[in-house]
Parts: sequence; C-alpha cells; structure tokens
Amino acid sequence: MPTQVLMPALSPTMEKGNLSKWVKQEGEKVKAGDVIAEIETDKATMEVEAVDEGTLGKILVPAGTADVAVNTPIAVIVADGEDASAAATPAQQNKAAQSAPPAAAPATAETPKAAPSAVANPPQPTAQPVPEFGDDAQEDVELVTMTVREALRDAMAEEMRRDPDIFVMGEEVAEYQGAYKVTQGLLQEFGASRVVDTPITEHGFAGLGVGAALAGLKPIVEFMTFNFAMQAIDQIINSAAKTLYMSGGQMGCSIVFRGPNGPAARVGAQHSQDYSAWYSHIPGLKVVAPYTAADAKGLLKSAIRDPNPVIFLENEILYGQSFQVPKVDDYVVPIGKARIARPGTDVTLVAWSMGMTYALKAAEQLAEQGIEAEVIDLRTLRPMDTETIVASVKKTGRCVVVEECWPQSGVASEIATRIMENAFDWLDAPVARVSGKDVPMPYAANLEKLALPTVDEVVQAARAVAYR
Amino acid sequence: MASQKKVAETPAPAATRPSILPIDASPVQELGREADLKAFRDMLLIRRFEEKSGQLYGMGLIGGFCHLYIGQEAVVVGMQLAMREGDQVITGYRDHGHMLACGMDPRGVMAELTGRRGGYSKGKGGSMHMFSREKHFYGGHGIVGAQVSLGTGLAFANKYRANGNVSLTYFGDGAANQGQVYESFNMAALWKLPVVYIIENNRYAMGTSVQRASAQVDLSKRGASFNIPGELVDGMDVRAVKAAADRVLEYCRSGEGPYILEMKTYRYRGHSMSDPAKYRTREEVEKVRVESDPIEQSRARILANGWADEEALKKMDAEVRKIVNEAAEFATYDPEPDASELYTDILR
Ligand SMILES: Cc1ncc(C[n+]2csc(CCOP(=O)(O)OP(=O)(O)O)c2C)c(N)n1
Ligand SMILES: [Mg+2]
Repeated sequence: MPTQVLMPALSPTMEKGNLSKWVKQEGEKVKAGDVIAEIETDKATMEVEAVDEGTLGKILVPAGTADVAVNTPIAVIVADGEDASAAATPAQQNKAAQSAPPAAAPATAETPKAAPSAVANPPQPTAQPVPEFGDDAQEDVELVTMTVREALRDAMAEEMRRDPDIFVMGEEVAEYQGAYKVTQGLLQEFGASRVVDTPITEHGFAGLGVGAALAGLKPIVEFMTFNFAMQAIDQIINSAAKTLYMSGGQMGCSIVFRGPNGPAARVGAQHSQDYSAWYSHIPGLKVVAPYTAADAKGLLKSAIRDPNPVIFLENEILYGQSFQVPKVDDYVVPIGKARIARPGTDVTLVAWSMGMTYALKAAEQLAEQGIEAEVIDLRTLRPMDTETIVASVKKTGRCVVVEECWPQSGVASEIATRIMENAFDWLDAPVARVSGKDVPMPYAANLEKLALPTVDEVVQAARAVAYR
Repeated sequence: MASQKKVAETPAPAATRPSILPIDASPVQELGREADLKAFRDMLLIRRFEEKSGQLYGMGLIGGFCHLYIGQEAVVVGMQLAMREGDQVITGYRDHGHMLACGMDPRGVMAELTGRRGGYSKGKGGSMHMFSREKHFYGGHGIVGAQVSLGTGLAFANKYRANGNVSLTYFGDGAANQGQVYESFNMAALWKLPVVYIIENNRYAMGTSVQRASAQVDLSKRGASFNIPGELVDGMDVRAVKAAADRVLEYCRSGEGPYILEMKTYRYRGHSMSDPAKYRTREEVEKVRVESDPIEQSRARILANGWADEEALKKMDAEVRKIVNEAAEFATYDPEPDASELYTDILR
C-alpha cells in the first residue's frame, strides 16, 4: 500500500512550516529512517524521515514551498511494484491524523525547544491597548515592538557593552544560542570568554558564579529553566544571599540568576513549577518577575547593575510575546516598584509575570460586567512594593491575587498579610487568591488545564469579593 | 574480571562488525541463534515504537518533551539479555527503550506519551516519567543526573537485603558531569554497592559535544579516583554489550562493588523533538547510520549465519509493526484521565 508522508509538526502548536529541501528525489529508494526532506520554521529545522521502506514515488509539495499546513501530504512512498498515483488521494494513511479524538487535537501546548508562540490554556496577552510600560516612560518617546526574548537579549548586550566585567554563563548559552534563544547573538558579539557554555553542573557553576562575583566580576548565570536551579539553590541562598551579612558588609556579590520560571506546557511535574515564593522568602536576594518586554528589558538592566544577587524570573510562554518598548538609549526600570497596568475602582487584581495574562483578561471580562478592576503588575517580588498595593486597596476595598505557584506559603499569602497589616479597615471583603492547584503538574492535557489558574477563576474571585 | 582489554573469545568476522566508533576494548561474543534473533526483535520493537512516537508527536498527540532512543537500541537490549529477574533499571528522560526492554506493555507506554488513563502513570507522568514496580523499572527522571543517586540507593537496598540483585543505572554523557554522580560513586565504592553505572555516551548533551563539556572525555575513567573499574563498550553492537554485561553483572553480584560501562553510541534524532541540529553535520549522522546501525548489524549477521532468511525477518518486522500500531491505536483512543485524578496520588 502506498504511504503518504505528511507534513509533521515541530511542536503541537505549529500550524505550518516551510518545505525547504528535498533530500531524496522522485524514484529514489528509501529505507525507514532515511531523511527525505527538511522543513523549517523561524526557530527550528527538522528532518522528515521515511517511515517505510520503498521508493519515493511522488513529491506532492515542491522544495521551497512556504507555509505548508501540518498534516498536508507532501510525498508518497510506494512499495516495490506499486504505482504512486494510487496514493494520490489523501485517504487511509491520513486517517489517524484526522480522526484523532478531540481531547488531543487542540493540544495548545508549546514545545519547549521551539519558540513559544502559544500557551497551555492561559489567555494570550492583550495585543495593544494596555499601557505596556506604565509610569516609567515619558509620553513622547518612540516605541518599538519587540518580543520579551529580544528585550532580554538587548538588555544583556547593552550592559555587556557598557561594562567588561559582565559575562554570561550557563548551559547552551553560547554556541547553541540559548536553549530558548534568549542569548542569541551574544557569543558572536562578545566572544567565548564572556559568553560561556557550561557542562550540566548547576550546583557547580552557580557556586563558581558566586565566587567570581565575590572577586568583583558581574556574572549573569542562566539556568536553562529554574527547575534546574534546585540543584544550585544551596549556593544561591547560602553563598549568594548570605555572604554580605556574614562578612559584616565586606563582601557582597553582584550577580544575576536568570531563566524561565513557572509552568511550561505539557512538560510534566519536574519541568513545570513556579519558584516565585521560594526566592521571595530569602533575605539577601532581590526577586524580579516581569511581564512585558519593556519591563523585562528595563528590569534586567537594573538587575545587572544591582550590587546584590538578583533572581530574575522569566517565563517561557511569554518569551515569544510582543510588546512595545521605549526606544531610548538606556531604558532602565527600577527594582521594587509595581506598575498600575490598568486603572480601576472596584477591585484590585495583583499579579506578575504570566499571572498578568489571566489578570488582564479577567479585567476585560469584568469591565463587560460593570466591574472596574485595577490591575497591578507587581514586577518585583522582593522588595515588595507594599505601598502601591495598599494605596489601590484603600481605593477599591477588595483584592484578588493571581499566582501560578502553589497556594500554601505562596506569594499571595504574603500579600494578603500585608494588606491586613496595612489596610484592614479599608477592606470590604477578605483578600482572595487564585493560585496553581495544590498538586505536582500533571502531564495529561486535561489535567494540566485544571492545575493552572484560569481567567474564569479570577473573574469568579473578583465577583465574589465584590459581592456581585 | 576488571580487565579492560580482553580479547574476544569468538572474534567476529570483520564484515559483520563495521563499527566506526573509536573502540578498541569491547570483546565480542557470539550470541547464538536464539539470543541474536531475540535481540534483533527487541531492538526492532524499540526502533518502530520510537518512529511511531515521532509521528504521533508530529500529529499533536504527544506534547512537551519527547526524547527518542533511535540509534541507541543495542545498549539497553544487550544489557537486558544479561540481567536476571529482580535486577532494577533506572534512567533519565530518554526512557522509552528501557521500558520496552524491561518488558513493559507498549500500549501502556504509548498511552502515557499521549497522556491517557491507560498509560503507566495514568497520564500524569508523560514521556519522561513512567515506572513499573512489577518490571523493576524505577523511572523515568527529568533532572539530569538525579537517577544516578537514586540508582545507587537501589543498590544500597539490594546490599541491605542481601538479595543478590544489581541496580542498572543509566545516564548520559552530559549527566556524567553532575556533582551528585561523584558523590554517588564515592558511596557506592566505599560500601561496595551492587550497581552498574551505564553511561550512554551518544556524543552530545543537547547541542554540546562531549569534547566541549568534559575535561576527561574517556568517561569509563570517571570512577578512577574512587577505584571503580570501568571500560569502553561498543554500544552499537549488541553482542559487545551483552558480553560486557555478563561479566560485569557477575562482578557486581559477587559483592565486588560498582562498575562503570561507557557505551559508545549515537542518537540519530534531535535531542527532543525540535532541535536546530546545527551542532553536527548530516554527514556525521549518516555515517553512523550507514556504518554501524545496531539493527542493520544484527540483521546482516542473522542472514549471514543463516539463522533466518529475509522472509522471516520481514515477517518479524510486520509483527513488530502490528504491536506498535496497536499501541498507537490504543494511545489515540484511550480517554484522558478522569478529572478527579488531579488530586490523587499526592500522598498515600
Ligand atoms: C539538572 C538539569 N539540568 C538541565 C536539564 C536540561 N537537559 C535535559 S536533557 C539535557 C542533556 C543531557 O544530555 P545527556 O546526559 O548526554 O543525555 P542524552 O540526552 O544525550 O541522552 C539537558 C541539559 C535537566 N533536565 N536537568
Ligand atoms: Mg548524550
């Protein structure tokens, strides 16, 4: 039976790609596993392999074709003595793809290695209208659209041009251009002595980074993801965070630990965890978790300049999102200041990083229901901008905190306490929180959706505290 | 026992041992008809299973990370031929082949890849996290290097209970640089724990070659400062793997302590499903495929020895494909876990 070769997906979210090259030509013999074609998207290339033995009977999509939809038949492999035309109709071979049950078909997960372009189930950030950089920007400044990924890269590059003591270190940061492409181009510009590929030895290179920082260098240590920083957390806390204090102020360390944090998509329990609360707990650290590209850029520049250890929590799903960033020579956002992302009067929503996507979507829906939510993008978790939160709550009398981390001893519980300590008499309802569910992250698509916060949960919580 | 360069007892004809890998150590021992045919079939099952997994991923049925074992089949199959009931297996996230070799049901493995209730972890673990107490398979671990300490712990339990079992602890060339590996080596040697450390050196850790990550690229020597003997094995030749495994499992079982086997092998596919593939050339991949594919070596040997003819091997392939297709069918139509499973299995 002739077999159709279908356009494969590099990730469950990929809808189309380019057929860049045919490695085998019509009439050539192929074995299972032979590379027959090459496809590419903007972030990755993949080889298409023959799944059966036979002859490449017919090429249905010529090389150089752009935007070929996933699952389109691209070629036909015929067994000896068969006729390629017999398989010209996308019939039986396509069956599995077409009749995949709905549970899996709309898997909106993002493959970890490709550029993030979609999210598990959380909403896409609002395209334009939100004031992306709040109070920090001057009105008349020119804006450029860029992704969070580009903003982070630019921040590092600009700082590295300014100060030769700054270097980047981590797994796959140099030759591979970053596992998530955040360090793209840095090796080419700054060379291998300042952009350093490490072995897979997190505890070792985190400690080495701290040592280098004690000696006066300014390392940017990338963790491929913060899940792997658990290997290194002893050095981060015992060495980076405490040494200034233990040395009576003699020996500080200026170091940034950065990388993607929080749930990714469909990668299971060990690769999908939010560490916001963990680092936020530690005196001697600053902890930053931006949402927009502008904040990512401005805060990373501040973090690199900061004389203290800074934990810089990024988010894989946000890397590919575009925002407007002020085009100025030196765009810096101060650590420790929250931003009013959307003004409102009826309820305060506090979020950061990925949590902002739920909060902003919820605020839109609430507005349709006549509830004006004020959305605070916390941006820095430590030191926490209590003042901005409290001022807002004094206005609205109600607060919902959105976080992807687990509820017990989470950041929301800290925020609730601060509100109680500072604005108890202004509260019209108990502070509510929408957190990740109190379970390790499951792999199954349906369970993963249930484990994450949802826009609807935020809307419900806001309505509950507003008694509506 | 620990001799590093033993001459092959039954030297293989050069034609059937075309390894391009820089191997001068692995003795090869003929397997004989039955074992060779079994090894061929087991390797084929892994190959076909992984090819199917790649297809299901391309169709969006599998999400997240999916690390295929294609190219490395001889390692786990050769080791498995030498194991005995009770020996444990533990590895990292590139685990599908290990599970099939342990005799786990392909349907349950595939259904876990698609996140369905019939999967080994009820759909909650995914590609990287599956386990089977019945088959003594201890996972399926996502944190590079973590399984090395865990595998050492399995060996500790074996010694504690004096049950004569050995822990087969698999990890990659990249994992071999993690600190806990050496902490484990020290304890294993100190306490003479029955563990074989099997380093699957497929030359790359994601995009980083061994040369770019390791000061000592001969990973079989990584136990030297703990007095753990080690040797290089041609991991593309299932006979070489089996021969090494026979000797080394006996060594560990007899209470001599840990042993390191560095398997020279190769992964044909990307690290996970999408991989920019800029760190190696297509020619390099092609060369290994053409010159030392474990399954092709095995096929050629079987035919040359007259243990089976083309027709019989074709039939075997068809049987294996049927198993894999049924697994894929099951994994496609099995329902997702019930929503209530979100809160189960957290504590017991
Ligand atoms: C502690 C930790 N750091 C980083 C990673 C990301 N990561 C996953 S696999 C991998 C490469 C491992 O390579 P190797 O040990 O050679 O095994 P292979 O993938 O080749 O089988 C890396 C860096 C991880 N999972 N855990
Ligand atoms: Mg490797």
